[in-house]
Amino acid sequence: MTVSVAFEKARAEGRAALVGYLPAGFPSVAEGIAAVKAMIESGVDLVEIGLPYSDPVMDGPVIQRATEQALAGGVRTRDVLHTVEAVSGAGVPVLIMSYWNPIEKYGVDAFARDLAAAGGSGLITPDLIPDEAEEWLAASDAYQLDRIFLVSPSSTDERIAMTVAHCRGFVYATAVMGVTGARDSTSSAAPTLVSRVKAAAGNLPVGVGLGVRSGAQAAEVGAYADGVIVGSALVSALADGGLPALRTLTQDLRSGLTA
Amino acid sequence: MLPDDRGHFGPYGGRFVPEALIAALDELDAHYRKAMADPEFTGEFERMLREYAGTPSLLYDATHLSAHVGDVRILLKREDLNHTGAHKVRNVLGQALLTKRMGKGRVIAETGAGQHGVASATAAAYLDLECVVYMGEVDTKRQALNVARMKMLGATVIPVTTGSRTLKDAINEALRDWVTNVDDTHYLLGTAAGPHPFPAMVRDFVRGIGVEARAQCLALTGALPDAVAACVGGGSNAIGMFHAFVPDESVRLYGFEAGGDGIETGRHAASITGGSHGVLHGSRSYLLQDEDGQTIESHSISAGLDYPSVGPEHAWLHDQGRARYQPVTDAEAMDAFALLCRTEGIIPAIESAHALAGMLREIPALRAELGHEPTVIVNLSGRGDKDMHTAGEYFGLFDSGEVIG
Ligand SMILES: Cc1ncc(COP(=O)(O)O)c(C=O)c1O
Repeated sequence: MTVSVAFEKARAEGRAALVGYLPAGFPSVAEGIAAVKAMIESGVDLVEIGLPYSDPVMDGPVIQRATEQALAGGVRTRDVLHTVEAVSGAGVPVLIMSYWNPIEKYGVDAFARDLAAAGGSGLITPDLIPDEAEEWLAASDAYQLDRIFLVSPSSTDERIAMTVAHCRGFVYATAVMGVTGARDSTSSAAPTLVSRVKAAAGNLPVGVGLGVRSGAQAAEVGAYADGVIVGSALVSALADGGLPALRTLTQDLRSGLTA
Repeated sequence: MLPDDRGHFGPYGGRFVPEALIAALDELDAHYRKAMADPEFTGEFERMLREYAGTPSLLYDATHLSAHVGDVRILLKREDLNHTGAHKVRNVLGQALLTKRMGKGRVIAETGAGQHGVASATAAAYLDLECVVYMGEVDTKRQALNVARMKMLGATVIPVTTGSRTLKDAINEALRDWVTNVDDTHYLLGTAAGPHPFPAMVRDFVRGIGVEARAQCLALTGALPDAVAACVGGGSNAIGMFHAFVPDESVRLYGFEAGGDGIETGRHAASITGGSHGVLHGSRSYLLQDEDGQTIESHSISAGLDYPSVGPEHAWLHDQGRARYQPVTDAEAMDAFALLCRTEGIIPAIESAHALAGMLREIPALRAELGHEPTVIVNLSGRGDKDMHTAGEYFGLFDSGEVIG
């Protein structure tokens, strides 16, 4: 299933799509694959697989610790692609979320080719802006991959328009100024940002990330966004309570959107 | 004139950062360009450098050292005599003054050994700014004295406990703070690296080193030097020394990287001579990385050179063949450290000792290339007080366990 079909399906059901993030290789490659499958069975509409990186400047402590552990366990880029391959048949689109250097090192075209071959739908690039993305724009076109760039509350209208014009699949709106991590209250800046993005995005879905950790918060965000992106809370659930806790939280998030 | 509008030096530089920081980088770029064209700003910057930091620093004719080496005239650019003991005061005063101009009240900085942290805390105290310094937990323990200095100056020091708990992780943490508090905070980056406009802006704040040295050398010797040399960590003192000389084709530019135990051992900090192309901390350059693009930890006896990447302008000067980059091992640097102490009565920073060691090694080849006695300028980027613990251990000057900090 493609990213846009997944969003359409949720839209047809009158709800926002649930986008779940987990890093590959956490706590191990095999257990990470099992965790993504559990998340899919429990109701996520799209999956983001994080590629663990030594210098994750956009991430807060929870994801930092998980990806550090994955790297200490020896996870390699090819294990991340293997994880995509292992879960891409489960009926939801699978994206990789990665800092730029590991992809540049792999070879941008080679990475796009292997991601497409593994059944991946595309790539989310937290530290690559369209201004620097020439090679990735060409490779994603060549292998028909979705490319998701980020917009933020500090983005000007011109930058939002430019960024949205380069996105395919959806637009990733980082709702708060800051790093990833669950927060007690979701950001008040988010609805404003989403309406600014929607004004530029036309039909392209807008996903909102950073901070969501409960069904109630998901419902709040789902009221104005097309997709609710959850990362740190899922990683914490998996780290602290294993697959049962991960399933429970995923179901709670999903029911927040369905209710 | 490089970089281009988007901060590119050929294929290097640019901005590889979260979109959330782009507005702040654009704002910084606009303010810095305007400030550099405003005589009020440049006048105040020059006044602070002169009256507070003690520049222009001397260009010292090192006759004892030159006689010891033989058939060479070595001139030392005495950045070690600046307030706070290094070239870094130029950069921090420039950025702190710009912070005031932007109407921001808080600066954050990263530090490895603590030199840039101390310099930042100094500038913040002088210009009445709140200052937070991120420092790897490992480094706070190795450099307790510098932590105390920063605290005396009113800064808050936050130990960083993620990743390798050293300089590169302190930069990550500073970037995380910046992305969260960008409205009222300036990130006072300590070297000529990072996303645009930092490499160009830091260069412009430290370029006085080369401008002064060029004029001083002409006045002293009646000619340009045959070569200038500097150590290269992130690249600020080297680009500060090189910049004014880049158009002078007869002047050879030498950048000496930290070779640690030797490039072949893998334990070094030589990004250009022992690394490969990639992206780290916001720009494309050379860096130390594994097959998967994960950053490899660097190693050097000198904390200030212990960084796994290098500013993009150096990557460009290297590829153009305009500057020559070579590694200098810990052992070579410490030999030069001792030599300068004994011949001139100057205790240099271990970073600066790398520049001296590399230049001394290259003098015979340079003499042969020129066919006459060379005149060379070595940038003495800092003084060695901060390194006495390391030097004392290296040369066995302490009774066991007597000295701490
Ligand atoms: C005295 C001295 N020289 C050189 C350096 C290296 O930095 P850069 O390469 O930016 O000049 C440092 C860094 O702490 C330093 O303290």
